[in-house]
Amino acid sequence: MGSVGSFLSKYFEKESMLSLLRRGVFRILTVGPTPNHIAFILDGNRRYAQSLNMKEGDGHKIGFLTLMSMLKYCYEMGVKYVTIYAFSIDNFKRKPHEVQNLMNLMLEKIEELLEEESIVHNFGIRVHFIGNLMLLNEQVRAAAKKAMAATAKNDKVVLSICVAYTSTDEIVHAIQESYNEKQEENNEPNSNDIGVHKGFVERNPNDIKVTDIERHMYSAFAPDPDILIRTSGETRLSNFLLWQTTYCHLYSPSVLWPNISFWHLVWGILNYQRVHSYLEKKRKKTF
Amino acid sequence: MLNRPQFFEFADYKIRNHDDEGFPYSYSGIIFLQFAWNIIHLLASMSYVFWDIIYLFQSYLISSGLLKKYKSLNINQIHHLAIVIESEEAHNTSRVIELLRWLTTLGVNSICLYDMDGVLKKSKDIILTELDDASLFELEAEKKKPLHEQKQRIVEFASLSDGKEGITRAANYLCSHDVKIANGTLVFTEANMSQALKACGYVGLDPNLLIVYGPARCHLGFPPWRLRYTEIVHMGPLKSMRYGALVKAIYQFLKVRQNHGT
Repeated sequence: MGSVGSFLSKYFEKESMLSLLRRGVFRILTVGPTPNHIAFILDGNRRYAQSLNMKEGDGHKIGFLTLMSMLKYCYEMGVKYVTIYAFSIDNFKRKPHEVQNLMNLMLEKIEELLEEESIVHNFGIRVHFIGNLMLLNEQVRAAAKKAMAATAKNDKVVLSICVAYTSTDEIVHAIQESYNEKQEENNEPNSNDIGVHKGFVERNPNDIKVTDIERHMYSAFAPDPDILIRTSGETRLSNFLLWQTTYCHLYSPSVLWPNISFWHLVWGILNYQRVHSYLEKKRKKTF
Repeated sequence: MLNRPQFFEFADYKIRNHDDEGFPYSYSGIIFLQFAWNIIHLLASMSYVFWDIIYLFQSYLISSGLLKKYKSLNINQIHHLAIVIESEEAHNTSRVIELLRWLTTLGVNSICLYDMDGVLKKSKDIILTELDDASLFELEAEKKKPLHEQKQRIVEFASLSDGKEGITRAANYLCSHDVKIANGTLVFTEANMSQALKACGYVGLDPNLLIVYGPARCHLGFPPWRLRYTEIVHMGPLKSMRYGALVKAIYQFLKVRQNHGT
């Protein structure tokens, strides 16, 4: 009894009851297939602020805190890749002061992410900013590049932040890069002999292929997402990861983003586990 | 890329590897975790059965016309409706035809039928024969006809090869036609890719609403370029399709207000 008592008090000193419960649930969940990559569309910050009569920008600040919690839960569970839709190219159509506020918030939060005690260092997160970064102002772009450089050596888990991103823009960019690569190959000496050296003649070697486009996507370093979670009950993808979600389980809880909790994530993963074998069968059949 | 242990290796992995805090799993611990996981999934399945019964009852109420709010739907807001069907279920052509008849009864006249393996494409002659005055989607050809000769209902058939491969074909079309040159090099834009897709025969409209009949809520490779702002609704397996559930899905879609990022 004495050893049990000291064991319990030691545990309660270190962790709260909720954290213990969370770890217990994760231990149970990981009996089944666990997603390697989860994508989030953070929808509902403005509606949350309106519902509580807060200033519009405050909804995004609370949304950021919620994001930190969700990242912690994902990485504790062993999810290796998390992608978030932070700012769409379509969002530039918002009122200029709102766009500026979001850019300022992004700048502030990128700086926070790089602090010593932040989640990035605790979990060894490598951060990627993906999107058409040239559409961002100089300050935000520089901060994003600094964050990517500072975390480049982290290798435990990956956080992809989509800013100035749309899926169609990503596809067009990938096609452009594929085309430029083909042009460079054609300009090299002996480029016409490529087919002969390989021992066979390729048909239309200059044609862009699906694999070329996939290699040049902004998100080529990550596998396709297993689950895509969009809050606020909205059921559309809004030009997010359209190419990568062929076999992705889509989950749309009706909760606003700042109210999303650990239990919503658990429910999403339970539903993923229910359809995992079907989606794997479809994936393998295509390949 | 980083890997995770696969499901069927769970017990083996846990027995061979210690926990990070140096607390090794015992055999009874693994059995307990497996049992707890099964219980959680059993509870989840029971909740789904409960809600299925509720939705079944609601569906009968909707079909019977007792629920007034589902009676008059402003179908004109649905410009194009897409249906994704699991390929194994798509062989059940009579069910697909029944589904299309329900939609035409509701007033939906522009439909895209999609399945990954192209089963529906192979059945298109049977389906179109059963549906009166529906035509295969050939927008440009239809629009050239005088208004009174244009078909009233359009059914389009698509499969996985119309998605990523379709986009690739459009890209190669631009390469071979050099539509726009800047500084001596071809510049790809969303606008010229959209035009190239049309030139390659991908003239389908972007659907407002996509309904999925299959085991999972997943679009299964529906052409990505057309999915940007499409509402995606999962209806369950085709064999369990219900008219009331279809009406409810359309009703809920009609309540949605999209802000397109603004």
